[in-house]
Amino acid sequence: MEPVLSIENLHTRFATPDGLVEAVNGVSFTVGEGETLGIVGESGSGKSQIFISVMGLLAANGRASGSVRFRGHEILGLPRKQLNRIRGARMSMIFQDPMTSLNPYLTIARQMTEVLIAHKGSSRAEARGEAIAMLERVQIPEAARRIDMYPHEFSGGMRQRVMIAMALLCKPELLIADEPTTALDVTVQAQILELIGALQRASNTAIVLITHDLGVIAGLCDRVLVMYAGRVVESGPVRDIFRDPQHPYTAGLLRSTPRLDEAAGARLSTIPGQPPNLQRLPPGCAFYERCAHREAICLDDRPELRRIGEERKKACHLPHL
Amino acid sequence: MLRYAVKRMLGALPTLFLIITIAFFMMRLAPGGPFDKERNLPAQVEANLNKAYHLDEPLPQQYLRYVGNILQGDFGPSFQYKDFSVTELIWGGFPVSLRLGGLAILFAFGIGVALGTVAALNQNSLTDYLVMGTAMTGITIPNFVMAPLLTLVFGLYLSWLPVGGWGGGGIAHSVLPIVALCLPQVAAIARLTRGSMIEVLRSNFMRTARAKGLPERVTILRHGLKAAMLPVVSYLGPAVASIITGSVIIEQIFGIPGIGRYFVQAALNRDYTLVMGVTIFYGVLIILFNLLVDLLYGLLDPKVRYD
Repeated sequence: MEPVLSIENLHTRFATPDGLVEAVNGVSFTVGEGETLGIVGESGSGKSQIFISVMGLLAANGRASGSVRFRGHEILGLPRKQLNRIRGARMSMIFQDPMTSLNPYLTIARQMTEVLIAHKGSSRAEARGEAIAMLERVQIPEAARRIDMYPHEFSGGMRQRVMIAMALLCKPELLIADEPTTALDVTVQAQILELIGALQRASNTAIVLITHDLGVIAGLCDRVLVMYAGRVVESGPVRDIFRDPQHPYTAGLLRSTPRLDEAAGARLSTIPGQPPNLQRLPPGCAFYERCAHREAICLDDRPELRRIGEERKKACHLPHL
Repeated sequence: MLRYAVKRMLGALPTLFLIITIAFFMMRLAPGGPFDKERNLPAQVEANLNKAYHLDEPLPQQYLRYVGNILQGDFGPSFQYKDFSVTELIWGGFPVSLRLGGLAILFAFGIGVALGTVAALNQNSLTDYLVMGTAMTGITIPNFVMAPLLTLVFGLYLSWLPVGGWGGGGIAHSVLPIVALCLPQVAAIARLTRGSMIEVLRSNFMRTARAKGLPERVTILRHGLKAAMLPVVSYLGPAVASIITGSVIIEQIFGIPGIGRYFVQAALNRDYTLVMGVTIFYGVLIILFNLLVDLLYGLLDPKVRYD
């Protein structure tokens, strides 16, 4: 079956006064029908920029090349008018910071109904009815009254619910959630994730969940991509990767997650060093400097992402970890 | 909101009182008097005149008398136009000045916002540099230079438009004064809009609007412009103040029978009551307009509450 989204050899670069910044460096993967794909990596690993490129939202100094196909149709570099038929309707995105991602000067009603009016040609009254129903689905109490409020009258968690409701209005085939819970309280985080999970089960929408929080991935995703310095370093089913990480970076990430079952006072493990400068990526493995298992070959020869199991891939010269 | 407006008006009373006091004493500090002419009046005549207008009383007493009269709505007779009261003169000139100033502000806002938005959308392009370069020129050339220049080019050399006069307020007569009056404000508002729009275009909520697949026109006009207008609206208060001061000069240059011209002539003639009347009138106008701007701000920004 044709994947919802298939990305091939995507590069995203930014021209800055200090030189070219290579944020995404030849990333390829697919998102299948109804799949929940997790993308994990630290800040600056390029995980958000992949989807900023996919959605055609790159800053003016950014350029994306390669191929992004949505249901088989190339959408990278599509004129805005044509892209607007897909984004917000068949493919939508929610962002990290719900406090600033909603327009503070327009009512929730306005911001939600305009999506339906633009994409489905709904009348204002129809759109309003659908928007209220969607707000109820994301568990906004008194939705019919609250829809006429402004964003600042909502809490952070409520605003993220509104964002999710807004993204789901046109029943998209793909929902991209870029760190949807990072800016929220822990208790609210759990509620939002639960909500995304429930909506996914009910609608069979494919979901991409971008996060730096492995816990979020574990609870929600089928498959995971681990990114480092703009490249995918490991991918596979969530359970396999958690049980048996094969890339030293993935293993390091997992070790640095706090655990409840460890002895009190145990030191939290960290990955020493810093990610490489994206303006001067090394010719070899980008993780070389921080890797505990590095060998001579890793310095000059960049490992390709290769198959290491039925559903697993990694970009590392080591046969096993 | 009504409560807020009333409160603000009451709060403006001390300001107004201060304006009256300062203007009154400054006017009297200026050398000369309303009846000084090239040919001296006989001493007896001058004494009688001074007595008739209470100018022979000590200054503090005159001040109290004046304030007392104002409180009863009486701004006194003009010393220069002896058949008219100050109130009559101001109400006579106001429609002309209002038309001139109102149109100037309207054009300044409309054209300034449009130019600034276009420049912001084409940031660092030729269009942007062209618009901002012109705006910079507009800001740096004072209107008392701009007005004669415009007259020279469009009035004398090209003979497209009348060089002066009001012509009963016909369009041809209004063009040059309005252009001269609004040009510096067009420039200022264009720059302000551009800066604020560039910031808004980079904001997260604009990214959301684009991600929603809204047409670009809707994204810019509905989501961008309202946010970008906030600093521009707060600038409207000062803009009106400078339109008013500008109109004093422009009305004089083009010979337009508005309040501004009375103001200049009254000051030169030491027409105390008329100067005071116009000063107070301008003061009230600016206070009212600033209040209006603040109320408008509340309409634009839902986070502003008046209570």
